[in-house]
Amino acid sequence: MSISVAMTVNGKAVSGKVEARTLLVQFLREHLGMTGTHVGCDTSQCGACVVDVDGKSVKSCTILAVQAEGSKVITIEGLAESPDKLHPMQEAFRENHALQCGFCTPGMVMSAIDMVKRHNYQLDEATVRRELEGNLCRCTGYHNIVKAILAAAPAMKSAGV
Amino acid sequence: MYDFAYHRPKSVADAVKLLKDKPEARAISGGMTLIPTLKQRLARPSDVVDLGAVKELSGIKLEGTNVVIGGMTKHAEVATSADVKAAIPALAHLAGHIGDPQVRNRGTIGGSVANNDPAADYPGAVVALNATVTTNTRKIAADEFFKGLFETALADGELITSISFPKAEKAAYMKFPNPASRYAMVGVFVAKTAAGVRVAVTGAGPCVFRVKAMEDALAKNFSSAAIKDITIPADGLNSDIHGSAEYRAHLVGVMARRAVDAANK
Amino acid sequence: MTAATGIGARVLRTEDKRFLTGTGRYVDDLPLARATYAYFLRSPHAHAKIKNLDISAAAKMSGVVNIFTGKDLVDAKVGGLICGWVVKDKHGEPHKAPPHPVMAVDTVRYVGDTVAMVVANSYDDAKDAAEAIKVDYDVQPANIDLAKSFDKGSPQVHPEAPGNLIYDWEIGVKADVEAAFAKAAHVTKLDLINNRLIPNAMEPRAAAAEYDKGTGNYTLWSTSQNPHVLRLILSAFVLGIPEHKLRVVAPDVGGGFGSKIFCYADETMVCWAASRVGRPIKWTAERSESFQTDCHGRDHVTHAELALDKDGKFLALKVETIANMGAYLSTFATAVPTYLYATLLAGQYTTPLIYANVKAALTHTAPVDAYRGAGRPEATFVVESIVSKAAAEMKIDPAELRRKNFIPSTAFPYQTPVALQYDSGNYPPIIDEAMKMADYKGFEARRTEAKSRGKLRGIGFSSYIEACGLAPSQVVGSLGAGVGQWESAQIKFNPTGNVQVMTGAHSHGQSHETTFAQIIHDKLGVPMDQIEIVHGDTATTPFGMGSYGSRSLAVGGSAIVKATEKIIAKGKKVAAHLMEASVADVEFENGVFKVTGTDKNVPLAQVVFAAYVPHNYPLAEVEPGMDENAFYDPANFVYPAGTQICELEIDPDTGTTEIVNFTAIDDFGNIINPMIVEGQVHGGIVQGVGQALLEGAVYDKSTGQLISGSFMDYTMPRADNFPSFKLGYKVTPCPHNPLGVKGCGEAGAIASPAAVMNAIHNALAPVGVKHVEMPATPLNVWQSIKGAQRQAAE
Ligand SMILES: Cc1cc2nc3c(=O)[nH]c(=O)nc-3n(C[C@H](O)[C@H](O)[C@H](O)COP(=O)(O)OP(=O)(O)OC[C@H]3O[C@@H](n4cnc5c(N)ncnc54)[C@H](O)[C@@H]3O)c2cc1C
Ligand code: FES
Ligand code: FES
Repeated sequence: MSISVAMTVNGKAVSGKVEARTLLVQFLREHLGMTGTHVGCDTSQCGACVVDVDGKSVKSCTILAVQAEGSKVITIEGLAESPDKLHPMQEAFRENHALQCGFCTPGMVMSAIDMVKRHNYQLDEATVRRELEGNLCRCTGYHNIVKAILAAAPAMKSAGV
Repeated sequence: MYDFAYHRPKSVADAVKLLKDKPEARAISGGMTLIPTLKQRLARPSDVVDLGAVKELSGIKLEGTNVVIGGMTKHAEVATSADVKAAIPALAHLAGHIGDPQVRNRGTIGGSVANNDPAADYPGAVVALNATVTTNTRKIAADEFFKGLFETALADGELITSISFPKAEKAAYMKFPNPASRYAMVGVFVAKTAAGVRVAVTGAGPCVFRVKAMEDALAKNFSSAAIKDITIPADGLNSDIHGSAEYRAHLVGVMARRAVDAANK
Repeated sequence: MTAATGIGARVLRTEDKRFLTGTGRYVDDLPLARATYAYFLRSPHAHAKIKNLDISAAAKMSGVVNIFTGKDLVDAKVGGLICGWVVKDKHGEPHKAPPHPVMAVDTVRYVGDTVAMVVANSYDDAKDAAEAIKVDYDVQPANIDLAKSFDKGSPQVHPEAPGNLIYDWEIGVKADVEAAFAKAAHVTKLDLINNRLIPNAMEPRAAAAEYDKGTGNYTLWSTSQNPHVLRLILSAFVLGIPEHKLRVVAPDVGGGFGSKIFCYADETMVCWAASRVGRPIKWTAERSESFQTDCHGRDHVTHAELALDKDGKFLALKVETIANMGAYLSTFATAVPTYLYATLLAGQYTTPLIYANVKAALTHTAPVDAYRGAGRPEATFVVESIVSKAAAEMKIDPAELRRKNFIPSTAFPYQTPVALQYDSGNYPPIIDEAMKMADYKGFEARRTEAKSRGKLRGIGFSSYIEACGLAPSQVVGSLGAGVGQWESAQIKFNPTGNVQVMTGAHSHGQSHETTFAQIIHDKLGVPMDQIEIVHGDTATTPFGMGSYGSRSLAVGGSAIVKATEKIIAKGKKVAAHLMEASVADVEFENGVFKVTGTDKNVPLAQVVFAAYVPHNYPLAEVEPGMDENAFYDPANFVYPAGTQICELEIDPDTGTTEIVNFTAIDDFGNIINPMIVEGQVHGGIVQGVGQALLEGAVYDKSTGQLISGSFMDYTMPRADNFPSFKLGYKVTPCPHNPLGVKGCGEAGAIASPAAVMNAIHNALAPVGVKHVEMPATPLNVWQSIKGAQRQAAE
């Protein structure tokens, strides 16, 4: 069954024809060619696909594209103000070497930003580790991801993002 | 995933009508269980009826001494609700330990309770708090609701509209997560309400169950010491690579004692 | 050199920007016009005869372009997949080599064995059609239990390997070892299982291929750690496509850990079918497919004995191992439990006599091959477990027993009794530093405090050595390797002065784009932003062996250094001409050629320009252009070593383990970028701790179904399983490569399982637990405690 969907992705109005079964992540990757959002599992556990839908962090592999009709979606591609001005979370990941192969990174960064905001820019190591439950990384051992998120929280606060 | 027809009704009545008209239709609320199931091609609904736009299903209300949670209320909302935290902090704690932040942002109480996964957390709270499940047609007492493995009292096309939890005097939920899935391998919800003490166990068996011996002992003396010698039989409990039935039976005791201690804090 | 960006500096990564902004390009991201999509039908049975395979209904389904089966490959005379390392058994006979058809023809041998390939207009169409393929299986009994593989009556996996035995291999002289045991004051015995692991790189394996009808050229994009090797195997052995007609591209790859070294059925099929379908084909594994079909790692059953004299000096070590190969021999499977395992059994110790016997077994399970560390983690686990056990039995402090037996720093180069010659090292300062950092002295007080909270606290050591930087070609050749193990580099300056550096190594997380650029920057003075490291494409990079075995820097980096030397040598000739000086008087420093003792100088960029615009140029002696190639074949392996100390607490009521402290001191030789090295160690530790506490591939012993077949059942390490780690370094430079470097990619995973398990045993000793197998899950630990209690009660 072919259905029209329209939503805002990273501030731009987008639309397309999808099947009912098309997942949001497929719509982003295959219809819009926005391949920054990744798929790392088929059981909704790895978090490589995390995006923001209407201010909530969600796994785009576990929501139908049609369910995001009319929503505001933010993906990893929509974070940096410009190629030279990264979001403070992206910057913190870079400065703390919180990524290696980069595959988990888009989902990690999206989850991390949501985490910082939900905790009102105040986090401790134990909270960060617990809140990363839905994001798997096989490369970094998490050490530097935790460091990056702890560093980004105050940076996000002072940048007002 | 097999394809299906998609519907997005705005009212419970429309949703129920769609579900009744199409015998192979399935409701979707948070989709955190249904979509993975569809992806693995373990279900093949002709139609999917999205409850996302049904406003009347969402929200948390205080009614007398009860907390009433709409069927479409997300785990994250329950976990952070000031009303729930004030009335039944153990329930907020439970909701805050379901899955991960992303799952909690979409998964709903109605979906979880309707699905009745043996490893789900909510059934523990529903039974221990002696909650009432309200559907589009009736009210169902907790003890009547959960029937067995993935089985409930819900009829085809019947929707959970809300669940009403009586306020507890003391309550706590202790979860021993499955190391891999982080669902409950054993979860024990202990509650002392006006109606008495209840101990509900999820994860350990094919369906949530109560431990009468513990309830009786705790009714007399609400302390972990009162149940320290009560063991539950391993017979009939779940057994898998992460936990034998014997281990689960043991954990029920440990988690129950820890829950009582937490409730007394 | 500017200290901020040269060798030794903590330089932020060049590759990060694209990964952080969602602009990395992984195989599945490729936009291929008119692409078709492949889905592979996999065997649901561990062992079955295919009585009938009917694709007729499926072929008629909507969107289906083509369906291929094993028979099509037989008809097309496609070769089988190969094992590239011939191991000779103890009688000098080559190992048994049963055929490995790309897709099953008449028999399936593990759950996940490839049965058919459906190519369709969409992935869902392909999957829908695959469900309509009718396969009539005659299910056979399966051999799943490794320990029973050689038993009479065990189901046979291949007729070519009677008794499921691939080889019976040995190293060392058994009689000498037995004689030493006869004289020992103490013998420690240990039975252990090295649990089977599933690699689970976060990017699932993927392949895409395109065939150009006009030129007859194939392009295969693959999630490969070694595109040249993949091309070589596909060309020379499997598909027969001439090597120059096949281009293999491994673009951004989302982690490998060994699992993306090998040549797999699916990528082979995608490549082969591209010309038959006439449109590009894309395939990406679903995670459950990865679980079933990626090569697994480890999976040993081992018995070991250590002989000691009365003072605790090691006299001899004896090891018997059964290693699981799975149902087919994967690309390097045979070498892992032999040359990469038994040769490491000396560890950091002077054990004078070692005998090891390894029997490789076939089972009806997924193939097993190299996984982060490959053989060395298994060896380290045996050595470090038995050493700690001996210490406990003889009531000697575990650090003391290690120190007593360390190879002294004066003994290098040190010839071990198991073939390897360690080039350098200094072990005592490493363990000292680790003990200081871990506050070993304060441990007993912490144990007592934990006890007051009802917790069992334990501490464990692991002093590892490993051999990496694969490898001297002639050595591995004499041991049966089918390839050389050198690495290549090409430094190509452009006329405007910026530079592209092509390497045969491949980065899938290891940060070559940064580390290699630092070398270039350091050696040639080119600014970092003028350097591009190119890897992963057989069309643009020189033939090279790829990345695995912690070899990229030690071997690939050395090739780059060699190429810089050629650039400098040629540049000097040009510069001498430009400055009207003699070549002998020209020196090169910080990117500038100078005439010794004068202020005459000319920057490299100007020399490069002159080389491309040779108007004023010594054309009679020097060719134009500034483009140099180098190949580097290492003189020896490199030998990183270190000590890890793990401290943990066990909740005896639930069996749950919490790691409270983890310290690692390593000697990786010289360090190019400490930030990147630390990242490698963190990741390695977590994979090793994952093996010790969390991960385990579990097959149903009777049906051969993979029970731990998804993240729902296979416990992946998560952030909340760990504390932050404490790391430190000691440096003994590698004496035989120009950078003085050793590998750091696998050390963390090699050492940590023993550190954790020694800590577990240390914690549980007071409650009478003798032995816990990995993974020490809550269930496993609780059962061990319970078992000890039962025994005590009897
Ligand atoms: C990674 C991950 C981790 C998880 N961890 C946990 C955990 O630790 N503990 C836990 O308890 N759960 C866990 N879950 C499950 C999660 O809580 C689900 O949200 C829940 O089980 C189902 O709720 P849903 O709203 O997503 O339902 P859906 O998936 O939308 O629906 C589930 C079923 O319920 C039916 N249904 C939905 N709404 C209603 C309704 N109002 N009335 C009647 N029927 C309805 C649907 O038709 C469907 O059959 C996890 C899920 C994931 C993906
Ligand atoms: S792809 Fe793994 S959670 Fe979405
Ligand atoms: S950086 Fe590779 S998976 Fe996280």
